[in-house]
Amino acid sequence: MDDTPSESGRPATVSRRAFTKGLALGLGATALPTGPAAALDWTAFFQKHFREMSEEEIRRTVERLEREARHRWRKDIRISTTRAMPGVVFGAGVDLSRCIGCRRCVYACVEENNQSRNPQVHWITVLRFRKGEKWSDLANAEKYYEPGRVPEEGFFYLPVQCQLCDNSPCVRVCPTRATWKEPDGIVVVDYNWCIGCRYCMAACPFGARRFNWAEPTIPVDEVNPDTHYLGNRPRPKGVVEKCTLCIHRVRAGRYPACVEACPVGARKFGNLLDPGSEIRYLIEHKRVFRLKEDLNTEPKFYYFFSA
Amino acid sequence: MLSVFRAAAGRVVRGDVRYYAWMVFLLALIGLAISRYVRQLDRGLITTAMRDQVSWGFYIANFTFLVGIAAAAILLVIPAYLYQFRPIREIVLFGEMVAITAVIMCALFIMVDLGQPLRVWHAWPVLGIMNFPSSLFIWDALALLGYLAINVLLVLYALWRLATGREYRLSLIFPLIVLSIPWAVSIHTITAFLYNGLPSRPFWNASILAPRFLASAFCSGPALMLIILQLIRRFSAVEVDNKALFKIAELIAYAMGVNVLLLGAEMFKEFYSGSVHMAPLEYLYFGLRGQGMLQPWIWEATAFNLIAFLIFLVPRLRERPLFLNLGAVLIVLGVYVEKGMGLVVPGFVPDTLGEIYEYWPTVSEGIIAAGIWATGALLFTLMVKFTVPIYTGQIRAERAAERGRR
Ligand code: SF4
Ligand code: SF4
Repeated sequence: MDDTPSESGRPATVSRRAFTKGLALGLGATALPTGPAAALDWTAFFQKHFREMSEEEIRRTVERLEREARHRWRKDIRISTTRAMPGVVFGAGVDLSRCIGCRRCVYACVEENNQSRNPQVHWITVLRFRKGEKWSDLANAEKYYEPGRVPEEGFFYLPVQCQLCDNSPCVRVCPTRATWKEPDGIVVVDYNWCIGCRYCMAACPFGARRFNWAEPTIPVDEVNPDTHYLGNRPRPKGVVEKCTLCIHRVRAGRYPACVEACPVGARKFGNLLDPGSEIRYLIEHKRVFRLKEDLNTEPKFYYFFSA
Repeated sequence: MLSVFRAAAGRVVRGDVRYYAWMVFLLALIGLAISRYVRQLDRGLITTAMRDQVSWGFYIANFTFLVGIAAAAILLVIPAYLYQFRPIREIVLFGEMVAITAVIMCALFIMVDLGQPLRVWHAWPVLGIMNFPSSLFIWDALALLGYLAINVLLVLYALWRLATGREYRLSLIFPLIVLSIPWAVSIHTITAFLYNGLPSRPFWNASILAPRFLASAFCSGPALMLIILQLIRRFSAVEVDNKALFKIAELIAYAMGVNVLLLGAEMFKEFYSGSVHMAPLEYLYFGLRGQGMLQPWIWEATAFNLIAFLIFLVPRLRERPLFLNLGAVLIVLGVYVEKGMGLVVPGFVPDTLGEIYEYWPTVSEGIIAAGIWATGALLFTLMVKFTVPIYTGQIRAERAAERGRR
């Protein structure tokens, strides 16, 4: 058995002091919220599921979460709870003939959505394939390509993130309904309700869900203070997170960060219910496909070739 | 009757040097595990080797194996009650206690795997929000709780009858026993379905999974019982008829035959048709793209299972204590690998985006798991220690003698 890299240099055996301390702590401080911040922690402990809270409860919860965030990040962080607009179901797409594999979307997403820098969390994965080799089963995907410059001769790229399944396996398996599909089609997670069982990660066919294996770290000046309860507000350790199509932006009528960041305009986005939207135009006029369609998860994330 | 229980409880703390040494050993392991678990709580599951690619590991592997052990109590119940096979009937009580221990250990393994263990009430009836009937996780939790309740009731009833010196009144308890049989099958089937229902993971998404689960559970559970019963016989006044042991061994042989057959069927389907779905099985047995950490383990497990199968199949062999024990140990180890790490990890390798992440537990995971095993052993030892004097009628006899003297 190997120890984790972060522990290298520490002896594998636990000293007697650590041992007794562990016993005491195990039964006391760590197991139950006690100590100076106790009152705060108990409210957090009994916090209800987002969808079970009244408007008033949501308001008070958001206030407390903002207070906690200010304490933790030394910065004013706004947590919005904007609801889905009626008549909107979001869809997104990528033009594979344009994507150059530069990963600008990946980093824009990290910054926009307060993903942990260490351990590194990326909601978007860009896969690289060799032209002419089989690729649609994703078995030969290369995730860690590191070229001096992109695009590379003889390769093409395929960005993957939450595929916005309409029939989402992650939602189906979650024991606590901590993850669900909003009326506008975005699959979200309540970070205060998720128990961290990771069943949804086993169920997701697109490797879209990320777990906070440790407390997320973000340089304070890089924390994005414009957040949404169901999206990019800072997360604790031990819960699952994923792409929400920048719920805080799209519900305010803006483009997702990845769409804005793409230097070649490969990323598309729009309201699937609006016949005049760009995404609808593409679906109707290009040959589109979706990943792993045989699994019937009905993604609302489309891939197509413009050339 | 209560006084009998009190007398039995008094005896739990008394024992010889070996008993105390055993207790100290288990408590030390548990303490060590608690200190590691506190560290895990503090730092997060980063102290494990699990990552986004392989998001379940050693904890869930142990959980899966233990559900099988819990289910196996019924293999003793069936011949005992339905076919009135006397020698086994006497020792069913211990099978039920193994089931209770195993279910409690299952719960502990789930708890240490959770990222937010304090929030476990979110999945509880009434208090939280159960995603029922959609989530198999909830089904599994309910089934295991029900199974625990049934076995606790059966054990308490048996103890009560024994304490008051009366025979089992079958009519009273029979419905519960009959219920416990399909229930035991169901806990294991539902656990299989928990994996089986995920089309994202072709390794688990094969209809042979649930039957394979059952077959292997009916090997490992009774094999563990063979060992435990002999230990109880060695260290206490409980008599265990050899006939019962041989019968259990024979049943294991049949179960192992089915297990090997199902494994063969799966191997044939995957390797003959040779679609991309065979990748996990290939990873497990032969390695994939030069990686295959589990290979030596799975081959060892396969060899163990086959050798044990042969031993238990031949009456002359299984009736020799040496071979009987050898076979039992081989099966427990073999199934532990096959239905533990060998089942959980390849489900994630290669992951859904084709990546191979080789998972191997950290020292911390190993110690925490050992601590849970020690907790199980402690619990079981205490239960046996409590039960034996009641079971053998020792306490009642002593009291009668005392009363006679007065
Ligand atoms: S891609 Fe994965 S995370 Fe996104 S909705 Fe589908 S199953 Fe859920
Ligand atoms: S990890 Fe959280 S969101 Fe995922 S299934 Fe478990 S409770 Fe639900």
